[in-house]
Amino acid sequence: MIPAAFDYVRAGSAEEALAVLAEHGDDAKLMAGGHSLIPLMRYRLVTPGVVVDVGNLNGDLKGIRVDGDTVKIGALTCHTELEHSAELASACPLLGHVAGQVGDPSVRHRGTLGGSLAHSDPASDLPAAVLALGGSLIARGPGGEREIAATDFFTGFLESVLAPDEMLTEIRVPVTSGGWNYQKFNRRAQDWAIVGVAVSEGGKGVSLVNMGSTPIRATAVEQAVASGASAAEAASHAADGTTPPTDLNGDADYRSHLARVLTERALQAASLR
Amino acid sequence: MPASSVQIRLSVNGEMHDVEVEPRTLLVHALRDSIGLTGTNIGCDSSSCGACTVLVDGRSAKSCTMLAVQAEGADILTIEGLAATSPGDGLHPMQDAFHECHGLQCGYCTPGMILASVSLVDEYPDLDEQGVRTGLEGNLCRCTGYHNIVKAVLSVAGKEA
Amino acid sequence: MAVTEETTSAGGIGARMLRKEDGKLVTGEAKFVDDIHVPGELWMGMVRSTIAHARIASIDTTAAASMPGVHSVFTGAELAGMDLWAAPLPCAWPVTEDMANPPHWPVAPEFVHHVGDIVAVVLADSRYTAADAVEQVIVDYESLPTVASMEQAVADTVHAHSDLSTNKAYTWAIDSDPDGTQAAFDSAAHTVSCRFVQQRLIPSAMEPRGVLAVPSPIGGEITLYSATQVPHILKVMMAATTGIPEQKIRVIAPAVGGGFGAKLNINPDESLALVLANKLGRAVRWTETRSEAAGSTHQGRAQLQHVELAADADGKLIAVRVKIDADMGAYMMLITPGTPLLGAFLYHGAYETPKYSFTCEGWFTNRTPTDAYRGAGRPEASYAIERAMDMLSYEVGISPDEIRRRNYIEGGGPFEMWDSPAGLQFDSGNYAPTLDRALEMADVASLRAEQQARRDGGAVKQLGIGLCTYVEMCGLAPSRTLGALNYGAGGWEHATVRMLPTGKVEVVSGSTPHGQGHETSWSQIIATKMGISADDVTVLHSDTALSPLGLDTYGSRSLSVGGTAISMAADKVIDKARLIAAHQFEAAPEDVDFADGSFSVAGTPSKSVHIQELGFVAFAAHDLPDGMEPNLQEQVSFDPPNFVFPFGTHVAVVEIDEGTGGVELIGYFAVDDCGNQVNPLIVEGQIHGGVVQGAAQALYEVAEYDDDANITNPSLMDYLVPSAAEVPNIVTDSTVTPSTTNPLGVKGVGEAGTIGSAAAVINAVVDALRPHGITDIEMPASPMRVRRAIDQANGSAS
Repeated sequence: MIPAAFDYVRAGSAEEALAVLAEHGDDAKLMAGGHSLIPLMRYRLVTPGVVVDVGNLNGDLKGIRVDGDTVKIGALTCHTELEHSAELASACPLLGHVAGQVGDPSVRHRGTLGGSLAHSDPASDLPAAVLALGGSLIARGPGGEREIAATDFFTGFLESVLAPDEMLTEIRVPVTSGGWNYQKFNRRAQDWAIVGVAVSEGGKGVSLVNMGSTPIRATAVEQAVASGASAAEAASHAADGTTPPTDLNGDADYRSHLARVLTERALQAASLR
Repeated sequence: MPASSVQIRLSVNGEMHDVEVEPRTLLVHALRDSIGLTGTNIGCDSSSCGACTVLVDGRSAKSCTMLAVQAEGADILTIEGLAATSPGDGLHPMQDAFHECHGLQCGYCTPGMILASVSLVDEYPDLDEQGVRTGLEGNLCRCTGYHNIVKAVLSVAGKEA
Repeated sequence: MAVTEETTSAGGIGARMLRKEDGKLVTGEAKFVDDIHVPGELWMGMVRSTIAHARIASIDTTAAASMPGVHSVFTGAELAGMDLWAAPLPCAWPVTEDMANPPHWPVAPEFVHHVGDIVAVVLADSRYTAADAVEQVIVDYESLPTVASMEQAVADTVHAHSDLSTNKAYTWAIDSDPDGTQAAFDSAAHTVSCRFVQQRLIPSAMEPRGVLAVPSPIGGEITLYSATQVPHILKVMMAATTGIPEQKIRVIAPAVGGGFGAKLNINPDESLALVLANKLGRAVRWTETRSEAAGSTHQGRAQLQHVELAADADGKLIAVRVKIDADMGAYMMLITPGTPLLGAFLYHGAYETPKYSFTCEGWFTNRTPTDAYRGAGRPEASYAIERAMDMLSYEVGISPDEIRRRNYIEGGGPFEMWDSPAGLQFDSGNYAPTLDRALEMADVASLRAEQQARRDGGAVKQLGIGLCTYVEMCGLAPSRTLGALNYGAGGWEHATVRMLPTGKVEVVSGSTPHGQGHETSWSQIIATKMGISADDVTVLHSDTALSPLGLDTYGSRSLSVGGTAISMAADKVIDKARLIAAHQFEAAPEDVDFADGSFSVAGTPSKSVHIQELGFVAFAAHDLPDGMEPNLQEQVSFDPPNFVFPFGTHVAVVEIDEGTGGVELIGYFAVDDCGNQVNPLIVEGQIHGGVVQGAAQALYEVAEYDDDANITNPSLMDYLVPSAAEVPNIVTDSTVTPSTTNPLGVKGVGEAGTIGSAAAVINAVVDALRPHGITDIEMPASPMRVRRAIDQANGSAS
């Protein structure tokens, strides 16, 4: 399985990348680690005319900085760096932990936080984590930068509000202190979650992986927690309003069941931290 | 029609190689077909099996999920170059361990498995059996049932199986 | 058995010798087919049917053919007009006289019968161009009604082949006394009746298949490199089906990355590469992609099993009656129809039963053809009887180990030459000690206590313990028996042993390795037989020019048939060397002893010569006994008098998360008896890998087809070959009951692990779920399936 032919541009700067995107619009695809894009290209599910490689850009686009009560992470920071960052483990442990659950070590070496979010796969781990954390995303485009709340970012299956001529430059998550947990249920360790549940700040933020066409904030659960419900009571709302997919590993009913079971476990575990 | 080919320089096993590739050429095909390093194998087309694992700047990567053009500027290490990275004339300790623990049968997954294991031991200092098993989640073997692979990696990590 | 854990770099029979093969494999030097290139080679790209059953209305190849780098494009109809083939692809095992066997051409000329059937082939100058050109070939299909499942096949209202009036390919039975069997059921105190699904599996050797055909510029010789388990069979079949003279074809199986039966076939791509290279005078090659493999390489299992047991009040079997519906897929490939019958004789398992009845019906579907996959018929049989025995234990109200003890052949004690109710003679066995040892190793008593504690405590994670005692038949096979079963070839194996002038030994092996370690094991046999270092032995194999006679590797036959041939050839070399030694000593040959590599005359210590010194003597031929031919080289074709019957008991331990339904295999204990062991290190490795493949069937793997017979999980992302993270360490031990079939006393071990493990794992899963009243669960026991079973059981209970 071999990608269809395309032109390749290795961007020397974010500005150069944006210029190429501006020129080619929908026909261009931004690539960081390539671990979302290349598999799709190999199956020819995606056939861009131009691939713009930003994987070698440095500066603010890579790295983790704590700025007051906000953690600012360059979009090109790879999962491995998040996984092993002592700074992140202290400031926002959920995100570092979830990064360590993505794919396998080889995937984590190459895959990036920005790439994962921009790809907007509802089955991915990191988008849900950023959602549970109430994070935001910085997009840079021809008109400059804008900050997009994670809750507003994901619009559909592999779709987001990111415009074809924009690129993610930074992801911001709050410094957290409350209990957190991530429950990822899959059949093989390397697989995507059949269902995943991320809990932040003892249940103030709860999000679901692979329970719809986008990563989902489990607002009914959050509200129940806020109103003092037990983990079991709150978790009973985990599948409320969702339209989970059906595939070989689970149909919608089973996924709804899993969401409830895993949410209860995540809430309980988070309360113990 | 996109440009048919580009000229790139790849650093592989400490040597520079000038190769002509298409932008879409996967790193594994550049290594195998352009440079002739056929020790890196291909077992799937979905980044699932890890047979094509190489080290990119010292960390494991699936060379079927990288474009050759992406690898320009990086140091690539394939199985053919591994022995030279350890002192002495012999094999790398991980290669020895796979042999001594009978950690391979048909040997097709072995180059990727060995390089993934080298990277794993380097990345995670306190590996136990479960850590090795989870750490090798992205490398499939159909012959060994993994028992002796895990034993081999633990022996290099300084832990008894 | 007390075995040393010490490994050695050179040793004889019984030593844990480290493998000679490893050096090339751990350094990347080994050459697999895709690693071998020749100038001017053309890459084949296969245009494969996207429709399971259709008439090809038209194919437009103009766009593809005009692409730069494309040499040519051929449709099936065009190829059919080129006089390239003397016969369709072969089926070597027409199990009945009237078996349906629709023609299987390498490229479909008019009708396609499964998704993946080749409809056209592109020849291009690179794999990339070939892939691009395949996309440019436009095929117009007229769809035909599709048989997408076994249920549809058996209903037989829609036909997988339009020109056949039924999907049924054959009926084959062992049923000497149906009335007696029925009477046993009528009189039984206990009966169980079960239906098991042996789901389709994708063999998934890590190396995809590949082929390279290289013609000689003059003379018409052609060399076919293939990732095959069966170079010798491939050569014969290529000659027979293409008309290319057999002596012009050389087949080489270079390094081969696993087979498990999937590389035991005569494939369209192999035939295409050969005839096109021959026709075009250029090298032609192809390498399978993983996703393509779901339609280009045969699959395994795929049976519906109906199993009935009748037992007396004590739970002793009085009859076993089995009916199998076996999915052939779209075509009869090399041994497609015979594969289920390799289990036909084994559905009574390790147990005595007076009455035995087995019937198999083979059915066509519009799915990828089935054929041998690790165990081939025997995992299905052992699964069926071992699951059914657990169900009988529930019925009788005794433990799974007790039901087995009450039924073991010869009371579980040692036996030789036992006549089975299916008409076989089991060479040797001694089953109870494997059960005793397995229960002890697993500490099942403690596990049961832990299980009870978790049940009492209402733990989320419940424990299950599963047992399986298996017996299998391997060492394929006595040629006369194969003939009686209508198999199209023999079952012997050939070996040559030659001592070189410098005293080193070359072994030419007819069986061909693809991961089994033949070079190591054969060296160990020679080391012990001839009293020399295993390091002084080299093994030649897998190239029909070096090893012209052989029947290759499948059915756990290499050691018990091929290894025996090597041992016998070594004996003949020693016998000849003894004559030379006696001549040197001026002694009678019968007075010359041979020990530790040296010939000597009893009582005359000065008269001694090492066999390796005689290599040069025989080569120089200056002073050989009158009439003796020079050189020390002997060959043997060994035709085994019987199969061999390895056995063992496995214990699987699973933890079931009742919240998610997730099953984790947390412990596995295997006690196997493969007779005498040449290399325990290799034996253990075979068990480890075999166990995980069987466990993978139990928990993870299934080739899923949709209603249109499209396979929906062709990649390794969706077809769940387990990784190290999904399996535990496999604790092994062995007992040794030598075979009576061969002088080495060896049995086979390549398939044993797989034959034992699926039943052990599912028995463990059901054991964990027993408090819910669950008595069976279909494979793979996926989390959703387990969770649903719990829901349904509780729903019906409340």
